[in-house]
Amino acid sequence: MSHHIVEVKNLRHVYADGTVALDTVSFRITHGESVAIIGANGAGKSTLLQHLNGCITATSGEVFIGHIPLTRNTLPAIRRTVGMVFQYPDDQLFMPTVFEDVAFGPRNQGLPEELTAERVREALELVGAAHLASKPPYHLSGGEKKRVAIATVLAMSPDVLVMDEPTSGLDPFARRQLMGLLREFHHTKIFTSHDLDMVLELCPRTIILHEGIIMADGATADIFANDHLLAACRLEKPFALQGCPVCRTSTN
Amino acid sequence: MNAITTAVIDLKQLELFAQGDTQVHGRDARVKVLVTLFFILSVISYHRYEINGLLPFTLFPIIMVCRAELPIPYLARKMLLICPFILLIGAFNPLLDRSTLWQVGSIEISGGCISLLSLLLRSFLTIGAALILVATTGFTTICQALERLGMPEVFTVQLLFLHRYLFVLAEEAERASRARELRSCGSTGRGIGSFGSLTGHLLLRTWQRAERIHTTMLSRGFTGQFHGQRRERFSHADLTFLISWSVTFLLMRTMEPATLLGSFITGAFP
Repeated sequence: MSHHIVEVKNLRHVYADGTVALDTVSFRITHGESVAIIGANGAGKSTLLQHLNGCITATSGEVFIGHIPLTRNTLPAIRRTVGMVFQYPDDQLFMPTVFEDVAFGPRNQGLPEELTAERVREALELVGAAHLASKPPYHLSGGEKKRVAIATVLAMSPDVLVMDEPTSGLDPFARRQLMGLLREFHHTKIFTSHDLDMVLELCPRTIILHEGIIMADGATADIFANDHLLAACRLEKPFALQGCPVCRTSTN
Repeated sequence: MNAITTAVIDLKQLELFAQGDTQVHGRDARVKVLVTLFFILSVISYHRYEINGLLPFTLFPIIMVCRAELPIPYLARKMLLICPFILLIGAFNPLLDRSTLWQVGSIEISGGCISLLSLLLRSFLTIGAALILVATTGFTTICQALERLGMPEVFTVQLLFLHRYLFVLAEEAERASRARELRSCGSTGRGIGSFGSLTGHLLLRTWQRAERIHTTMLSRGFTGQFHGQRRERFSHADLTFLISWSVTFLLMRTMEPATLLGSFITGAFP
């Protein structure tokens, strides 16, 4: 049995005000896959991600992580398997120092202090933030906060990495650095993003959500070649596929 | 610059002082908390007309500021900020209490004036001591020290969260306030009316943020307990610091050195 398989069957989520955020969503992501979930604002991407580690409960349907159904009893084990990086790092960094924040997850897992310190050091080094260990989170820049937020999750050694808008709010250099970092993570990766160029580079597979329904699920290259589908889902091709803006020549 | 921005920068500055490397900074946080507590208790235990007895207590903040190499102008500015509040509390003392307590030549000084002066002195001493504690220890370390001294964990967590998200809330408030100002075109806009809605929105946003933070905590295996790192180091120097200051405060409180010095001088030079 692999811990890295994520399977969603007929997932439906209706918010308290009656908004149907997800409807009959089904997919299966296997070991080592890197999958992007894209869609317009309000398509249901963030809602879908929050189902993957039980942050919110489905109205109907099932979620399986490594063949284990997500239930109240399996929640602690599943949260150890699925590492979730949220869109706003300020929500994720709440401890007094960066070190304490990265140590929060491993300590909750019951790891001894020496091992926790080692995990923290490794995770911070991996994201290039080892020098920030003693700093309070409110002294960090946006890019630094994002990198530390990723380290908080990496320190828990998750089998599946789930990230909501990983490159939002980053400058081009920090974005490029982050993409390099994500390329190094060889377990299962699931991203939501409006950064379609990042999707093109990092994710061989893409799922398009539109108004809570899966409109397409397939190879990223094929999906970005389908202009009608993209337009219908309020999306467009990544800039890398749109041709030169000066000479107007297409890259195709 | 926006008042909120200035306040946040000031608060961050206070935290930065705590990263200093002097002997005072190096003392165990628990010891510093206890000494400050003894100091405050000693100062507030005097009756309302006391001034002589309070004067020797100014030694503690002076020594601490010098040894911790803290910038005096910064601390003085912070202390002056609280002046209006203290004056508001004691403003009616001179009017209500007119009995003559001191007589300097032909000038009669009423009990109200003395009690106002005493109130000011006590406020400066206690708030000064608290500021020095934060500037030499850091808010987070103080919270951890309080927990190790027996304060329930739930209060520590509340204080830590309050401190952490004060900055986030202040930044949000600043953005909302700037947006209001820009659309008020230099005038007061809709005036006080718009502030009701603005603060309401801030409250709701804070609520949503609290929910998001809870979600991120649950995602990282939070089960209701913080597993902090315990650092047990209590050196001889810490113990000496605690005992020497506590004994000094006790002597100052019971012996009244200012009066003793006065009697000595008047006795020596009659």
